[in-house]
Amino acid sequence: MTGASWVAFLVAAAMGATARYLLDGLVQDRTGGAFPWGTFVVNVTGCLILGVLTGLGLYHQLGASTRTVLGTGGMGAYTTFSTFSFETVRLVEEGAVDGALRNAVGSVVVGLAAAFVGLALTAAV
Amino acid sequence: MLAVIALGGMLGAAARYGVAQWLPTRTGRFPWATFWTNVSGSFILGLLLVLLVERFPPTRLVRPFLATGVLGAFTTMSTYEVETALLIKDGHPLTAASYGLGSLVVGLAVAYAGILTGRIRDGS
Repeated sequence: MTGASWVAFLVAAAMGATARYLLDGLVQDRTGGAFPWGTFVVNVTGCLILGVLTGLGLYHQLGASTRTVLGTGGMGAYTTFSTFSFETVRLVEEGAVDGALRNAVGSVVVGLAAAFVGLALTAAV
Repeated sequence: MLAVIALGGMLGAAARYGVAQWLPTRTGRFPWATFWTNVSGSFILGLLLVLLVERFPPTRLVRPFLATGVLGAFTTMSTYEVETALLIKDGHPLTAASYGLGSLVVGLAVAYAGILTGRIRDGS
C-alpha cells in the first residue's frame, strides 16, 4: 500500500471499530437481555457490506486499494469474531445453551446469507 | 473512550492486514490467514477478559482499548463469511465447509480455553 492508502486504511479501521462500539451499545440497550443482538447486528450488516464491496471488485472493477481500505480496514474492523466467540462461550457458562447455539449458528448462517446477498446484488446490476 | 477504541482498531486492523500479507490466500484455497487471526484473537480475548474482569480490575480505558479496539478489529466476521461464500460460489464446497465449520468450532473452543487459562491460579 502507498502512504496515502495506509492513512485511509487506518482511518477506515478507526471508524469501523468506533461504529461497532456505538451500534453494539445502541442495539444492546434496546434489546436488553442476555442474547448478544448488538454483535449479531454489527456482524451481519458488515457481511452484507463486505459482500457488496467484494462484488463491486468482481463485477464492476472496483480497485484493489479501495477494497483493501474499505473492506479489510473498514469492514474488517467493524465486524468481529473474537467478541462473537467470547459471548457465545459466556452464554454456555451462564447455562443459556440454547441461546449460545442460536447465536453461533444464527450468526454464521445469517452472516453467510448476507455475504451472498451482497455478492448477488452487485452481480445483478 | 471513542479515541482509545479508534486507536486500538487501527492497531488491530493493521496487524490483521500484516498477517494476510504474510500468509496470502490463493483463490479456491483454505484461508489460513483469517483462520489463524480469528482463532488467536478468540483465545487472547477470552484470556484477557477473564484477567481484567475476574482477577485484575481494569482501569477505565484498558478494556475498550484492548478488547473492543485491538482484538475486535484484529478478528473479523465479514472476511470469514465472504471468503466462505466465495469458496461455495467458485465450486469448493468441501473447503468452504471445513473453513466455515472449522473456524467456528476451533474459535469457540479456544475462546473457552482462553477463559480457563485466565482462571488458573498460582499454586492451584
